[in-house]
Amino acid sequence: MPTPRYTLTLWRIAVFIAALVPLAWWSSQVAINAAGPEPGRYLLLNIGQGILWMLFSTLSLTPLTKLTRWKGFTLIRRQLGLWTLTYALLHLFCYAVFILGLDLSRLGSEIVRRPYIIVGMLALVGLIAMGVTSNKWSMRKLGKRWKTLHKIVYLVLGLGLLHFLWVVRADLEQWSLYAAVGALLMILRIPPIARQLPKFRQLIKRPGRASV
Amino acid sequence: MLIKIAKPGDLRESDVTPESVYLSRRRFMGGLAGLGLSAGAGLALSGRALAAASDYQDVPAGNPPGWLEPKLANAEWESVVPADRQLDKLTPFDDATHYNNFYEFGTGKGDPARNADALKTQPWSVVIDGEVNNGGRFDLEDLAKPSRLQERIYRLRCVEAWSMVIPWLGIPLGDVIKRAEPTSKAKYVKFETLVAPEQMPGQDSSFALIDWPYTEGLRMDEAMHPLAILGLGMYGRELPNQNGAPFRLVVPWKYGFKSIKSIVRISLVEEQPVNSWQAIAPDEYGFYANVNPEVDHPRWSQATERRLPNSLFNPNIIDTRMFNGYAEEVASLYQGMDLRKHF
Repeated sequence: MPTPRYTLTLWRIAVFIAALVPLAWWSSQVAINAAGPEPGRYLLLNIGQGILWMLFSTLSLTPLTKLTRWKGFTLIRRQLGLWTLTYALLHLFCYAVFILGLDLSRLGSEIVRRPYIIVGMLALVGLIAMGVTSNKWSMRKLGKRWKTLHKIVYLVLGLGLLHFLWVVRADLEQWSLYAAVGALLMILRIPPIARQLPKFRQLIKRPGRASV
Repeated sequence: MLIKIAKPGDLRESDVTPESVYLSRRRFMGGLAGLGLSAGAGLALSGRALAAASDYQDVPAGNPPGWLEPKLANAEWESVVPADRQLDKLTPFDDATHYNNFYEFGTGKGDPARNADALKTQPWSVVIDGEVNNGGRFDLEDLAKPSRLQERIYRLRCVEAWSMVIPWLGIPLGDVIKRAEPTSKAKYVKFETLVAPEQMPGQDSSFALIDWPYTEGLRMDEAMHPLAILGLGMYGRELPNQNGAPFRLVVPWKYGFKSIKSIVRISLVEEQPVNSWQAIAPDEYGFYANVNPEVDHPRWSQATERRLPNSLFNPNIIDTRMFNGYAEEVASLYQGMDLRKHF
């Protein structure tokens, strides 16, 4: 049974609000002085993790669609992709303004000199390339090449995780969790595994038969 | 380079000159700096040296062990303070105790304050061993007893490019080492933190890169330097657990990670020890770890630091000073050394 139109609209609005919630929460922590003595760094690090949440959400849409065939997941793909880009731009903003104090000459030298920043900037360039071509006009104009271009999302995932790994100093637990989620999302795209996903849909629908 | 080794019978400069007089020279230098006659703005000796008690507002009362109470009451307040107390304003107690790197309690800055309650700091004993004539296991109380507590207001520069100003209470590390009677073979001092995963959840993490116990080291002449202290308190009270209770090292001219916390072992050794951070990433962290604005960490610049607390649109970025502003006192220790190589 197709989902009614207004439900889909509500769903898109709900996703939009959900993506704003973390930003609102972190901002409120800063506003009430609960973010510690270095609020800029607090925002920088939290938003940095937020980029990966958004990227993971975006990358989970294809497997979820295969599992459920629900149209709603396809409808929020562009929105979540753009949220990923927004978080990434905010992350860079935090670094430039709160950490470097808008010393642009230092921003330039840091970008060139620090491998983890180079990797992070490359990932951002990838996100920007996808962001500016996320409109219908670009899709028509690029035709088949559009899909190829947007495959750089996998490169962005790898670069993002590498950027995160190079920031880690003494404990890999948190990074390992993020890397595991990223790896799972990639594994679900391996053709033989991806082909199994629709079968799970039937299992979910008819659990009685599945046990026979 | 030549390493001077103090023999038990040797007279050192500080044996001849009382430290207060020694430090008053610094006050003179600091005074000069204030008049704009000298670029060195090192230390100043305050007139409050004989004040009876501290007067820290907004600092929750501590719960010091019985033996520490009379020492706190009899402390030599403001024995060393920054020359420019406006620039080096004290960091609020709440920030100094809730923004810590103490990986034994977790890798987040707030983790130590959250998790350090489980640390049992009384009784506390310390093993002093290696190249000493008077080694053994000592109660912290006995180790600290012969020395008067001194308040030292030091800048604390973290290797992560942020900094604070902390009023420590401690005793000269040199006093403790002298009493252990180092042999002529003692060239370095090695320190170890407690290993107790049941009290220190970070030591339970199977993803931790640090090979516990956390280990640090100083060269003998660094350890004997009058600025190096063993901290027993801060802000007029005993150390909170998350700040390295019951006692820790404080070496203000080095990056914060050198100032090892919750020490259970001090070994006098002949060979240069490998400190924990050097073991994890030798290209990023050296043995000396002297604050040096000219030698960057491979992942970030060390030329400036963010003095905390800061706010969003005022990151409070200040220039980092050579040896964290203590060059006048300690630069001679490193004469002739290539500090790019020995970072």
